[in-house]
Amino acid sequence: MYIIIVGGGNVGYHLSKYLLSEGHEVLVLEKDAVNCARFEDDLGSICVRGDGCEVATLVEAGASRADVFIAITNEDEDNLVACQIAKFKFNVPRTIARVNDPKNEMIFQKLGVDSTISVSGLIFQTIEEKLPAHPLVHLLTHAASGIEIIEIKLHGKSKAVAKSARQFKLPAGFAFMLVIREGQNPQVISESTEFKCDDRIIALAPTGRENELRDLLIGPPESD
Amino acid sequence: MNVVIMGCGRVGAQLAAMLDQDGMKVTVLDKDAYSFRRLPSDFGGTALVGDGTDADMLKKAGIEQADIFVALTQGDNRNVMAAQIAGKIFNVPRVICRIYDPLRNDVYESLGIEAISPTTVFAELLKKKLSETTQK
Repeated sequence: MYIIIVGGGNVGYHLSKYLLSEGHEVLVLEKDAVNCARFEDDLGSICVRGDGCEVATLVEAGASRADVFIAITNEDEDNLVACQIAKFKFNVPRTIARVNDPKNEMIFQKLGVDSTISVSGLIFQTIEEKLPAHPLVHLLTHAASGIEIIEIKLHGKSKAVAKSARQFKLPAGFAFMLVIREGQNPQVISESTEFKCDDRIIALAPTGRENELRDLLIGPPESD
Repeated sequence: MNVVIMGCGRVGAQLAAMLDQDGMKVTVLDKDAYSFRRLPSDFGGTALVGDGTDADMLKKAGIEQADIFVALTQGDNRNVMAAQIAGKIFNVPRVICRIYDPLRNDVYESLGIEAISPTTVFAELLKKKLSETTQK
């Protein structure tokens, strides 16, 4: 695949190194001469000095034959514009933008960017899940269908302990999947499954509403 | 008429003052409070420090009630992003943005965004002036 990356900072450098090792054709557009030199020294002539938001630069880069276009600068507005020009002017089939302000994620998607990566969102989520008391872990987000697969860990005071799955009327879009217990194989949750302390429950939830399931199974955060 | 202007440079400040004189309800947004020195002392509108590419900031500036949004910062990309947030997320009926780069201007005009490229406008104006003088 031919992949164009806008932004040759640290992320751009390591990303292009990885994509090259996977056998892709990679071109990096970077404004800063020092950053460009690093590519030239380490990875060969894959970096062109220029502004990835400029139509003329993108013509030179052969954007019209690119399969994927990734904009990962530190500036959200630059990433948005680069992706929009790639998509609407050069018909690049897949555009991916780094989003530095998490609330721009939804905005970028509404404005035509195919995928977004919220860097601060990812860091925040990872740290949150590493906090020992945190009972909810995001395992997978399926953006296209708007669902999340999450893990909820029960503790002694959780509302679900000693209750069976059938006692929970889950709202539409939510579903129990598996229960994982120390020293046992994971079991598919059926109506008669009875929850115990230290159970890890794997469940399905609509994106952004996972806390409802936590409240149902554990209780609101105050009672943790 | 409620107007939100992003960027209080020379053009932004002058436009804000003119629309204020016409009796419109004007809010000017700029990242740097120092820019507001350009507003006349009798300016009756609101001057707000903040980034117009931030949707929350636009809300504070009253974008939800705005009839007109004009993006006039020095950054083409910031203008384009703010204009699209105003038009497509907050449904402001009239949105105009300044794009210095003529090629970028063309792309966004073809996407239905009302944009003005001062580069093209000014270059054409100069050319016209020059052709007038050389004909004499």
